[in-house]
Amino acid sequence: MARNNEIPEVNAGSMADIAFLLLIFFLVTTTIQTDVGIDRKLPPQETTPPLPINERNIFRVSLNKNDELFVEGDVLSIDQLKTSAITFLDNGGSSKEDANHCNYCKGEHRVDSSDNPQEAIIAFNSDREASYGMYIRVQNELTAAYTALRNREAQRMFNMDFVDMEEIYFDVKTSVQTKKKLKTEISQIRNMYPMKLSEAETKFNL
Amino acid sequence: MAKFAKKKDGDLPAVSTASLPDIVFMLLFFFMTVTTMKDSSLLVENTLPNATEIKKLEKKDRVIYIYVGRPTQEYQKVFGTEPKIQLNDKFASVEEVGSYILAERAKKPQEIQNVLTTALKVDKDANMGLIADIKQQLREVNALKVNYTTYEGDAFNNLQ
Repeated sequence: MARNNEIPEVNAGSMADIAFLLLIFFLVTTTIQTDVGIDRKLPPQETTPPLPINERNIFRVSLNKNDELFVEGDVLSIDQLKTSAITFLDNGGSSKEDANHCNYCKGEHRVDSSDNPQEAIIAFNSDREASYGMYIRVQNELTAAYTALRNREAQRMFNMDFVDMEEIYFDVKTSVQTKKKLKTEISQIRNMYPMKLSEAETKFNL
Repeated sequence: MAKFAKKKDGDLPAVSTASLPDIVFMLLFFFMTVTTMKDSSLLVENTLPNATEIKKLEKKDRVIYIYVGRPTQEYQKVFGTEPKIQLNDKFASVEEVGSYILAERAKKPQEIQNVLTTALKVDKDANMGLIADIKQQLREVNALKVNYTTYEGDAFNNLQ
């Protein structure tokens, strides 16, 4: 009679089947989504009349309908886009006596290129027939140029890459104090190399 | 020797399957955490381009998606092969983008209505004209934060 008091064990043999059923359900109904991309801010609709900008401060990039890249009117291979964008942004052409003189620029200080990074504008224009893949590639290279310059300055001033600084800043686990400090540092770097990428319909000949 | 009855030779003992549920549950939890529910089925081909200079899109509830690409095989007979815009579960024209954004924005809570991002999931073979039109529409409804959703990878593969 003693054996009858024991609780009989529940048969768990079908547990695997149930779990498989759930697993297959989730496999079918869900997707692994990409949630990364290139962030951009569009210009607002009501634009103030444009200020006159010196032609030397504009770096004109354009794509034609055959996905060919033109930089300042000449054909350029996409591999060279990043370096030529860096050369333009980092030029620092204004003279030492000038108030806008860029003392951290390591460029060639040519007079026919940009005065300083704050005034340098990259104007990117693409034909309606150009492919989106190529467009993203150009955007990617131009962003890479800015990132390289920002990284360089962040390394020099704070011994840290700019992308790492941003990553720590946006991490939820970072403490408020570190965030405050990082925020001023990040905006300092951003002011040194502001991303001025215009996609306005500027008319110019290819 | 009667007590120790000799086992028959060549009879393999059964492998215990008691831990099978644990393994399967582990798999299940893995998939539950790394995937997200499909919110709309794709009507367009959507091979995103690759890029390296990417930022992560945080906070799913602050994102409005717009899909662009060629209609998939089954819709090509009806809608042709030119790239089209997909909003929610149906094809749409460029003019509808503005009102779609406004409608989606109205659905969100008040406090996040002005921090919304529009994620453009565009097939890499689509042409820029359509994208330029969409961007113009977005500017008209003042939805200025845009994310060109890409895969992480070398951008030089985009043209193959």
